[in-house]
This record gives sequence, structure tokens and C-alpha cells, in this order.
Amino acid sequence: MTDVIKEDQVLDCSGMLCPMPVVKTTKAIKELQSGQILKMVATDPGAPPDMEAWSRQTGNELLRSTTEDGKFVFYLKKK
Amino acid sequence: MSKSDPNAPKRLALIASKGTLDWAYPPFILASAAGAMGWDVGIFFTFYGLPLLKSDLHMQVSPLGNPAMPMKMPFGPEGFQNIAWPMPNILMANVPGFEAMATGLMKQTFKNKGVASIEELRDMCVDLDVKMIGCQMTMDVFGFKKEEFIKECTVGGAAMFLEYAADADVQLFI
Repeated sequence: MTDVIKEDQVLDCSGMLCPMPVVKTTKAIKELQSGQILKMVATDPGAPPDMEAWSRQTGNELLRSTTEDGKFVFYLKKK
Repeated sequence: MSKSDPNAPKRLALIASKGTLDWAYPPFILASAAGAMGWDVGIFFTFYGLPLLKSDLHMQVSPLGNPAMPMKMPFGPEGFQNIAWPMPNILMANVPGFEAMATGLMKQTFKNKGVASIEELRDMCVDLDVKMIGCQMTMDVFGFKKEEFIKECTVGGAAMFLEYAADADVQLFI
């Protein structure tokens, strides 16, 4: 059992295709304070590699990339 | 300046040269994704890409002379939707309104699959401070006026864009 990550905000990008999850995530993370955590949920199979790249490029840490109930779930910490 | 300042964000320089519905997607998708990653992004809209800056967008797509374009129906059971319908050129060239129909089908298919519209993608690019530059020469040739374009765009020429692109990390012609 992995540690539970407590998110400060949830963003549901289910049903959206590229580049919407990345763009919506950027908008959502702008609303957070440094150190706060955004949980993003997506169904696009392109989301996992895109979110890894987004994390590397923006410096916002991808704490965990996982699947829950057939959906892709990302925990992102604002830098 | 991207190259001269090591702390500057990465830069993407795009040329959008096509204005059909299908080819309107790549520049706006790449620009919004790069903008979302904090990159500095500029798009130079030239020739047939210039109408993508118009306030009222009326893009169409034509399967005629476009054999790689799958013709699919955005309704009915999944097996039916997955059929790529063979469309003879003689039919596409002679049926009035064929392009309008194909355009409607593509828009509906994209909407069903969760792809944003060009209008939405362009709005997101505006939000993400993507620089949109209209080609002055194309405006003169085709008779476009700046007032027809979205207010967020600027107008310039080849030298202006090349100077911007010279400092870019990624440059693409679409």
C-alpha cells in the first residue's frame, strides 16, 4: 500500500483529448500556492507521457502517476 | 532572447500555412501545449493559414484530392462509425455541398471524441500569451484587413518572423 497523497484541488479532464489535459492542468495549477497538490484525472491514453513532459518542462513535480478505475490519475505539486 | 539568455524559457516558432479545418489543428495544438509548458510561442500565419486569424472562422475540409482522409460517420453503432467509406472522386466533385457535409462530419467526429474546436484552441492560445503574427504580404495579396482579425494578433513580415525564429529552440513549418 502506497502512501496516501492529500490533494488540495481536483481537476477532471475525463473525455478530453490532447492538448486539453495539459492546458487545463496549467490553468488549474496557476490557482494554487507553491507546495499545494493538484490531482488530475484523465482518460486520454496520451496523458501519462504528456504529463511527464509537462512536469519536466514546467518544474511542477509529478509526485505520482497511476490508474484508478481505468482512469489515469496524476498528483502534481506546484513548485 | 532565448539563445542569448540562458534563463529565458524555451521558444517555439511555428509557420501556419494551411487554412483547412484539418490543418488548422496542428499549429493551435502545438502552440497551446507549448504555452502550457511555459514556453514562449509565436505563430506566423501566412498564405492560406492567414484566415485562421479571422474573428469569424469558416474553415472547411475537402476529401477531394485528399486520399489519406478517412471518411467516417459520427453516429450509429461503433462498428458503423469505424467504417472508412470509400468516396470516388467523381462523386465528391459532382455532389453539391459535399465539402460542407464532410466538414460537418469531421467537426462532429472531433467533438464526439473530445477534441477541442479550433475556436477553443485559439482562445486558449490567446490566454497563454501565444504571439500570433499575420503576414502583411498575404494580407495585401488576398485583400484582408487587420480589422477582420482577432485583436490579439500583430502584423509583420518575413524578416520580423525570422528574427523571432532565429532564437527559437523548435521551429516548425505547417
